[in-house]
Amino acid sequence: MARVLLFGPLRDLAGWRARDVEAGSISALRALLAGEDAALGEALVGPGVQVAVDQALVRGDAALSTRSEVAFLPPMSGG
Amino acid sequence: MTIRLAEAPFDPGALLSDFTRGRTETGAVATFTGIARAERGETAVLELEAYPGFTEAEIGKIADQARERFGLHDLMILHRVGRIGPGEPIVFVATAAGHRRAAFEACDFLMDYLKSRAPFWKKEHGPAGERWIEPTAQDHADRDRWS
Repeated sequence: MARVLLFGPLRDLAGWRARDVEAGSISALRALLAGEDAALGEALVGPGVQVAVDQALVRGDAALSTRSEVAFLPPMSGG
Repeated sequence: MTIRLAEAPFDPGALLSDFTRGRTETGAVATFTGIARAERGETAVLELEAYPGFTEAEIGKIADQARERFGLHDLMILHRVGRIGPGEPIVFVATAAGHRRAAFEACDFLMDYLKSRAPFWKKEHGPAGERWIEPTAQDHADRDRWS
């Protein structure tokens, strides 16, 4: 089971912050979440949303292990 | 080099005193303190979320760039997370260099990065409800000055 983390507006939209999900890749994970919640599925591929696996940013698809931590990161703003 | 997330309010003056102490070759220390605005009553509380571990590591990467680019002797970044009231400091940046120009510019560079690229998510709570804040076009333009 990969650990999925949502941040910022994605967390509010989904109504959860962290969940364990069975998925072998980021694309499979996105498809699974979109199947459960279409609005979340759309938001996960929205403008400026980045993905980190085990705290490293990834572009495109990536394989997930059972212990992967996957974070969906909407546009960031500090200060 | 210090990069830290703080759950509790902090005192910028005390941070500056600590940062400056014992330096004999540093000719210049520049600091920036960002403070939560009330927006004339529209913002009661600012909520800052980070991704612990990842957030510090990403800030660390840009801090390394700043050290190299501006030849800094040292730097410090302290960023609040959690619920922040109007008037409370949100962020403190201090840079130490041989001369003032490098210290000023590095401070400016680091803040432009923090506003638009650092892994934080910011939500305003006020009488009209709550809303997430994304970086503005100005924030992006400010950051692009350095590329």
